[in-house]
Amino acid sequence: MLLDIAGHVLSFSFYEGLVFGFVAIGVYLTFRVLGFPDLTVDGSFALGAAVSAVLIVDGVNPFLATLAALGAGLCAGLVTSLLNTKLRIPALLAGILVMVGLYSINLRIMGGANVSLLRQPTIFLQVSEFLGLGTRIAYQLTVAGVLAVVVFFILNWFLRTEIGLALRATGDNEQMVRGAGVDTDKTIILGVSISNGLVAFSGAIVAQGQGFADVGMGIGMIIMGLAAVIIGEALFRPKGVARLLLAVIGGAFVYRLVISIALRLGMAPGDLKLITAVIVIIALAIPFLQKKIQRQWLPPASRW
Amino acid sequence: MNENKSLLNLRGITKVFSKGTVDQVTALNGVNLDVNSGDYIAIIGSNGAGKTTLLNVIAGVFPPDSGEIILNGRNITGLSEYRCARYVGRVYQDPHVGTAAKMTIEENLAMALLRGQPRGLRAASNKQRRELFRAALAPLGLGLENRLSTLVGTLSGGQRQVVSLIMATISKPALLLLDEHIANLDPRTAQVVLDLTDMIVKKEKITTLMVTHNMELALKYGNRLIMMHEGRIVVDLGKEEKAHLTINDLVAAFEQAAGRKFVEDKILLRR
Repeated sequence: MLLDIAGHVLSFSFYEGLVFGFVAIGVYLTFRVLGFPDLTVDGSFALGAAVSAVLIVDGVNPFLATLAALGAGLCAGLVTSLLNTKLRIPALLAGILVMVGLYSINLRIMGGANVSLLRQPTIFLQVSEFLGLGTRIAYQLTVAGVLAVVVFFILNWFLRTEIGLALRATGDNEQMVRGAGVDTDKTIILGVSISNGLVAFSGAIVAQGQGFADVGMGIGMIIMGLAAVIIGEALFRPKGVARLLLAVIGGAFVYRLVISIALRLGMAPGDLKLITAVIVIIALAIPFLQKKIQRQWLPPASRW
Repeated sequence: MNENKSLLNLRGITKVFSKGTVDQVTALNGVNLDVNSGDYIAIIGSNGAGKTTLLNVIAGVFPPDSGEIILNGRNITGLSEYRCARYVGRVYQDPHVGTAAKMTIEENLAMALLRGQPRGLRAASNKQRRELFRAALAPLGLGLENRLSTLVGTLSGGQRQVVSLIMATISKPALLLLDEHIANLDPRTAQVVLDLTDMIVKKEKITTLMVTHNMELALKYGNRLIMMHEGRIVVDLGKEEKAHLTINDLVAAFEQAAGRKFVEDKILLRR
């Protein structure tokens, strides 16, 4: 009985770690790789859910609908990065502006606050019918696992290409990248777009997994993504592109596992976001406090 | 390469900062300069003379207010920095500016190798490119060729500056800009970097503009010497004239051009 529960919690967290891992990778791309604190995520996650749900209800093939969600996310990231690079609006503000705007857009897309996917042909149902997998968790894990492997291989390849290298270098030293003849506006636009594409992709999968899309489902997603990135970095101390990607997915898994256990132990679901926020605050404060104790000089906090 | 072929022509370059405010500064005041292919020009001048602004304008960091920049017969005035990078390699005073700390030596060099070329979805580095990087690093005698996967951030300032130098020259740009590139290094390291610079510039025959505060350096290196003062070129000496020049001659030239005693600039213009 207890083992059953443990097994269930573990496999469900594994599934969630994989699907939310896409959000974590997206957040990792902007915050860590590009050094672009992008808050569009909350909006683009719900955008992906909304686009895929509406298309599926309209009878579009669920795989196409999921790809369309990815495309919608790319566009959201494109807008944020254009606001920043072409209109020089600070990254944080540009992200918040698009996130808020997306709330209205998502309501328009869905024609209401939510769309049900009950008895609709989601990617999960299609795969389960095709493979004849019985239990829900079995086909959920299969779908999420395959998608995660595909995304991992694509990104692991892409970040090592000439363009991918320029993208990584942009977050490290923009001046050097321009000096090497690369338009850093373009690398930022590309990176932020890919990031939001992944986030929307995740939103589409989560919506299909839970059976509905909701306009509020993206709230706090950026903080969850950050928590996963921080946990992944702290636990696995990764070096190199491949290990970093795996660490981020691992971070998402650990985060979801901790949350699942806490919920099982009776934590109110409503408290989840507060606890996540506190985890991230602690993680961000620790390096500062360590230096403070060692009496090192510290620069004032940056405002943008 | 024709030694006397004109490579870079600056025509009436003017740049004013904070125009219309009390802080208005005329950094460049109608600069005319013809650089021949193969020139190695030392540029000296006190603080605020416009040396770095001149390099910034040539590198496209910002456009001049007026004037034209012609490189290889092509008007590159107003071209943005990343486009100018096709022709211009640059080493900055601060080693941190020229290199990406969280990336390896190999990754930094791979970025620099494709200067001005379209970047695609090929692998950023491969065996052939690694060989190229090793071949570029080996003659320096610092052992960096065996440390391609070392993060640049873990190198010393001098080593980082050497990596910057290789990054600026590995794609054989038409023009190399050295912006006080040894000023932040300790004297011994500075000498090493300077000798390596001399070696690379001569071997690759890259046309070079080297900004420095140090008159001794300006006399020792290069085939031409330019002194700037208040946004203008006030002294321009060729190889023969330079060969017989002493620091005292330079001081006298400065005093004549500036119309005041050199004493005031003693700290700014190192003897």
